[in-house]
Amino acid sequence: MSAEVASAVAPGRGKRRLKKVGQYTLLTVLAAVVLFPIYITVVDSLLRPEQITTQPPKFFPTDPQWSSYQEAWNAGNMGLYLKNSFIVTAVITIGQVVTAVLAGYAFAFLTFPFKRTLFVVFLATLMVPFEVTIVTNVTTVADLGWYNSYAGLAVPFLATGFGAFLMRQAFLTLPNDLHDAASLDGYGHWRFMTRVAVPLARPAVAALTVFAFLGAWNQYLWPLLVTRDDQYRTVQIGLKQLRGLSIQDINVTFAGAIIAVVPLVILLLAFQKQLVRGLTAGAVKG
Amino acid sequence: MTVTVDPAPAAGPAPEPGPAPEAKPSWLRSRKAKETGLAALLLGPSLVIFGVFIFYPLVHNVYLGFFRSPPFPGLPKRYVGFDQYRDVLGSTEFFDSLRTTIVFAVMTVPVGIALGLGLAVLAHQQLRGIAVYRTFFSSTVATSVAVAAVIFGTLMNPQVGLLPWLGISTVPPILQNPTWALPAVAITTIWQTLGLTFILMSAGLQGVPDELLEAARVDGAGAWSRFWHVTLPMLSPTIFFAVVIGSIFAFQTFGQIDLLTGGGPLKKTNVLTYFIYTELGNDPGKAAVLAVALFLLTLLLALAQIRLLERRVTYER
Repeated sequence: MSAEVASAVAPGRGKRRLKKVGQYTLLTVLAAVVLFPIYITVVDSLLRPEQITTQPPKFFPTDPQWSSYQEAWNAGNMGLYLKNSFIVTAVITIGQVVTAVLAGYAFAFLTFPFKRTLFVVFLATLMVPFEVTIVTNVTTVADLGWYNSYAGLAVPFLATGFGAFLMRQAFLTLPNDLHDAASLDGYGHWRFMTRVAVPLARPAVAALTVFAFLGAWNQYLWPLLVTRDDQYRTVQIGLKQLRGLSIQDINVTFAGAIIAVVPLVILLLAFQKQLVRGLTAGAVKG
Repeated sequence: MTVTVDPAPAAGPAPEPGPAPEAKPSWLRSRKAKETGLAALLLGPSLVIFGVFIFYPLVHNVYLGFFRSPPFPGLPKRYVGFDQYRDVLGSTEFFDSLRTTIVFAVMTVPVGIALGLGLAVLAHQQLRGIAVYRTFFSSTVATSVAVAAVIFGTLMNPQVGLLPWLGISTVPPILQNPTWALPAVAITTIWQTLGLTFILMSAGLQGVPDELLEAARVDGAGAWSRFWHVTLPMLSPTIFFAVVIGSIFAFQTFGQIDLLTGGGPLKKTNVLTYFIYTELGNDPGKAAVLAVALFLLTLLLALAQIRLLERRVTYER
């Protein structure tokens, strides 16, 4: 009897183990394919240029040349560009979160005329890609005296319809009684917002922060249009400069790409959960 | 609402829950006025930004389209009404650019979503260490368009040894090859957006109830059949969302083109946004017309998105 059971179970178990090995193999192969471009970039950044052009290519740096990073940082100005990117990204991120909290609060907790219309206006901004507005915005920014400045890079992005929508949705999920209880305690709107609503909506704020940061950090077209010199260029535009390097400096190009990626890798590993929530906020309810 | 003393003579007793009064009591009116003022304060900053950098440019673009740019800078622009719209939108240059943009969207969006969905399904299993694979599959969100373009562009440099070793000919150089330049940009884009697509699809999969899949399994449905008849239909809102967002992104493609091909060779990669960018310096009137066209095209896609959004809101209730 027990032998019978064992013989019936054993093949199933073996099959399951085989299936598991297959699953892991497939996952590993696919992960290797996805990560390969990054891996080869790291390797090539540490090779000598003549090693990059050889056949067969090298897949491991036996004699790593760290000087390429130094060169990208100094001669390639990546240090300066990183600083600019951080400043502009920080201003945009903080600005977007603040304006989104304020507007989201108004839509969630206040009664005022034209509320629906104004909400539609906010949503309508989502339908206008920034690329459509550049023809006029370049002139506007120049007229404001913001060409080639942090203000020119950041101000057009200080508010988003998406952020306001996200915060409104988050505020609306808070229990109704909360506001009544707070007002009985003598909380005005301002205190209720800063002490109760925003702390309770922290997940949404975090998601919006990561989302805004990512968007601002990765901007390419606008910084290309409104900056003239290295003093205000961002990392993404710095990459364009590195892309133009000759084959003798191709390792520096690869090093520059890695330098541009590292801050985001660190950030995303630290805020993985918020990132997922931020990126899927529009797609999946909850 | 606030603790500040109300100057209105509302010191009377609190309104009783009796029959509704004919006119609204003054305390309510002043509260309403106060809320309106506060709302104006809270919405103001956003509305100013939207007004100056989104709505004004939108209107101004249409206006700019009525004026032909002077042949030499410094001369006045000339009002030509709809002539410029007709000329630009009727030109083969615009048609080719529009076709390139659409072909690019068709190359990137379905393949990107299929790959992201495939990875998400594989990573949606109860396996030890699966979290590590999830991180790997979502890793390309750390890259930007510019980073991806620099990596792929440099790897595609005909002097770099990798592609010939893989058996891919680099004569003529891929990015200068009229046939392969656009697919090469598309591959770069698919890779760069793969992490995002994977995250989106994984989140969607999380929303598919396990009981439903279990019920299908009990009914004798195999893995493939469960995917095809349960998972995929349940995932259709997420997929639809990804298609819309992906198409809108594809219509805004710029960085890859600027860094990889510069619109070439033979304008084979001259997508709409890049076209606008190149005309911005030469011929602002023409650029404005192109921008209006880009807006109308994305509007069509965005309206589909709004409809989806509305459907989801009613779904929640």
